[in-house]
Parts: sequence; structure tokens; C-alpha cells
Amino acid sequence: MSFQEHFYLNFIKDNRWLYIWDGLKVTLTVTLFATLLGIAIGFVIAIIRSTHDRTGRFKALNFVAQIYLTVIRGTPVVVQLMIIYFVIFGSVDINKVIVAVLAFGINSGAYVAEICRAGIMSIDIGQLEAGRSIGFNYGQTMWYIILPQAFKNILPALGNEFIVLLKETSVSGYIALQDLTKGGDIIRSRTYDAFFPLIAVALIYLIMVMAFTKLVSMLERRLKQSER
Amino acid sequence: MNDSVLIRAEGVCKSFDGKEVLKGIDLEIRRGEVVVIIGPSGSGKSTFLRCLNLLEVPTGGHIYFKDEDITGKRVDIDHHRQKMGMVFQHFNLFPHMNILRNMTIGPEKLLKLPREEAEKEAMALLERVGLADRADSYPSQLSGGQKQRIAIVRALCMKPEVMLFDEPTSALDPEMVGEVLQVMKDLAKEHMTMVVVTHEMGFAREVADRVVFLDDGVLMEQNSPEEFFGNPKNDRLKSFLGKVL
Repeated sequence: MSFQEHFYLNFIKDNRWLYIWDGLKVTLTVTLFATLLGIAIGFVIAIIRSTHDRTGRFKALNFVAQIYLTVIRGTPVVVQLMIIYFVIFGSVDINKVIVAVLAFGINSGAYVAEICRAGIMSIDIGQLEAGRSIGFNYGQTMWYIILPQAFKNILPALGNEFIVLLKETSVSGYIALQDLTKGGDIIRSRTYDAFFPLIAVALIYLIMVMAFTKLVSMLERRLKQSER
Repeated sequence: MNDSVLIRAEGVCKSFDGKEVLKGIDLEIRRGEVVVIIGPSGSGKSTFLRCLNLLEVPTGGHIYFKDEDITGKRVDIDHHRQKMGMVFQHFNLFPHMNILRNMTIGPEKLLKLPREEAEKEAMALLERVGLADRADSYPSQLSGGQKQRIAIVRALCMKPEVMLFDEPTSALDPEMVGEVLQVMKDLAKEHMTMVVVTHEMGFAREVADRVVFLDDGVLMEQNSPEEFFGNPKNDRLKSFLGKVL
């Protein structure tokens, strides 16, 4: 078979490209909302943990946060995904996209939390003291002084976490959610041609990651400009 | 209690992990007074200064600010800190804000001053310390001496009733010490109440109304600069002065 025939068979015939296209939409949706959820969870956990580290407050919450971090980072994301789908929502009819968003968001939150905490702790204690000595309370000092500086420091790591998350969603097929990877795999099972659909899927991930990397470094440069 | 007493420390103790750094210090700071605290490193003088605005919470004793016990449980310490400016050894300017913003963020957010007014006041202060042309600069673009002068006027923007200086010249290159001390001298002339922890004996002699010697967490001696330097009574102070003068 020629290249054109392979291409026709894998992507054009029976509108097979739709598996890829629809899968891509699912992958992006899951990644986007899981990222938002992950950042929200991670941010809250990081505030709890760093406040505990710096002031000794939030003892109970810090303990809960540590359990969360240990369990989530200590087990594979695909197992977490299956537990949420087959165990927690086992007897309920629920949209798989929501399950995936929950699973990947909760998973990512643990990593984002540690990234954010490291960012907050990387800011010199003198900044906190300067803020407090002016008369800002702890929350105001965090908001106006610590977090803007911390955000700049963690942006590369956060970008990296987004990239990891984007690729990690490729295990969504384990709960029969038709994401990009699953879409390519379905084509492979129809055409018995592994090369074209899988390489196409790989290329799409690669392009997305490269575009996002570029975006992050542009943002990073802009943030640096304001400080020098 | 005497009206003119602005800060009163009463039996202030502080321990870190069981190690006693301050062993019951009594000190009164009167309005308009410049009190300089000296002592060997590790004597607890910085810790004591930081206790005055509760950056360090004393493990014993009381701090009264304007007759209110600010070591009490129900005190709004943030409110009191607005009236107690502090200058740090390492400046602690906010690197992500330009100089003007460093100065206006406090008045704007805490004193609820309109931005234009806060900026006008900040510019007037910058003018006074000769740094008006740096209003748009970022801290990383300034020299150490400039940073410390900014740190002083940033604290002044809050219109404090007392200024606490924690070794303000110790992190500076020698040639920049003078410009910072000059700003402090000008402040003293305007009768700002000041508590200064420093190793600058010349400043203490020239500007202080009272010099306090701390050693090993104990207030060993306090006196007018003339008596303090000319006729020290405490043996440890004598040997300390013998080494530094």
C-alpha cells in the first residue's frame, strides 16, 4: 500500500479522523478542567502547609493535607482513576469526562501543592516580616507581597506540571473514555495498521506540548521584564 | 503612668527552643527620644527590638504601646504595627514593586489613602532623601545605601509614632553608611521617637538621648551618651567599649 492509501484507510475512510478529533476535544477538556481543579486544590493545600510551617497554625488541616499528599503521590494515577470510576462512582451513572477531571485534578493538586509550597517557602522570611511590620495581616502580606513573587518563581514548574497532566490523561482509556490516545487506538483496531494512527496521536501531543512550552516561556519573559 | 512614655517593656523574656535569649528586660521609651541599644552579637538586642512590635512574641513579660498591653491575647497587633515603623538590616524592599509602589502600598491599602495622595506624600519623602528620580526604579537597581534610605521612607509613609531600626547599616558597604545615618540624624532632629540597634558608636554618641547596653539577655546599663561612654560603670560594658572604641 502506498502512503496515500494508508492515509485514506486510517483517517479518511468512514470519517475515521473524527476519532482523533473528538478524542482531542476530550483530552483538552479533561486537561483544562483538571488543571483548574489541580491549581485550586494545590493552592489551598500550599497555603495551609506553608502557613503551618511558618506560624504553626492549622495543625489539623496540615495533617489532613499530608495524608492527601502521601496517598495521591504514593499511588499511580491510573489506579486512582479506576478507583474513582469503578469504586466511588461504581453504582452511579456518571459522565466519564467528569470522572477523569476529578481524578486528574485531584492527582495534579498534590503535585501543584508541593510546587506552590516550595515557591512560597522560597521567598525570604524578611519579606513576610517587612509586610507584617508595615501593618499588613498575614493574609494581606501573602496576597500583596509573597504570592506575586512566589508565582514568578514557580511558573516554569507549573507549566511543566500542565504538560505532565496533558500527557497523563492518555490513560483515560482505562475507564473507556475516548480521549485522543483511545481514539488513535480505536482506529488501529479497525484498520490493523498501528503506525499511522499512533504516530498521528504522538505528533498531536508533541505539537501541543511544544506550543504550550513556548507560551510559558513567553509569559515568563514578560513577568521577568517587570522586575529585572 | 507617665504620658510621655510611648513604649514600656516590662520583664520581657524570650526563649528559643529552651535557650533564654532575653532574661527579663525593663525599658521605657519616651516620645521624641532616641534610644540606641548596643551590645555584643548574640546579646539579644535585635531580638529585644523585634519584641517591641511583636515580630518576636515574648515568652514572658509585657510590652505597652501607648499604655496598651500589646502582648495581650485580644490585641489587634496589625493596627499597632502601622504606628511602629521598622527598618531591617537587609532592607526587605519588595522586589516586585517599583520604589513608589513599595512606599504607597501600605498607606493605600491600610490607611485607605487615595492613590494620588499616597503618591504625593511618597514623592515628598523621596525628595527629602534625594531619591525622587528613582521613584520608578526597582529595588534591584539601587545601591545598598539607596535601598536602606527607601526602606526608611517607606516606613515613614505610614506616619509611625516610633521607628525601630534593626542594625540598619550593618549590611552596607562602608562608604554608604554615612548617607543612611544622615537620614536617621535628620529624623532625630524632627523629634521622631527612635529605637536603634546598631554598632555605630559615633551615631550613638552624637544622636542618642540614651544609650542602653545589653549583654547575655540582660540590660546591664543605660545612661546619657556622655556618661555611658565617658564613665561606664558596668565591668562588661567597660570591656566591651574597650574592644570597640
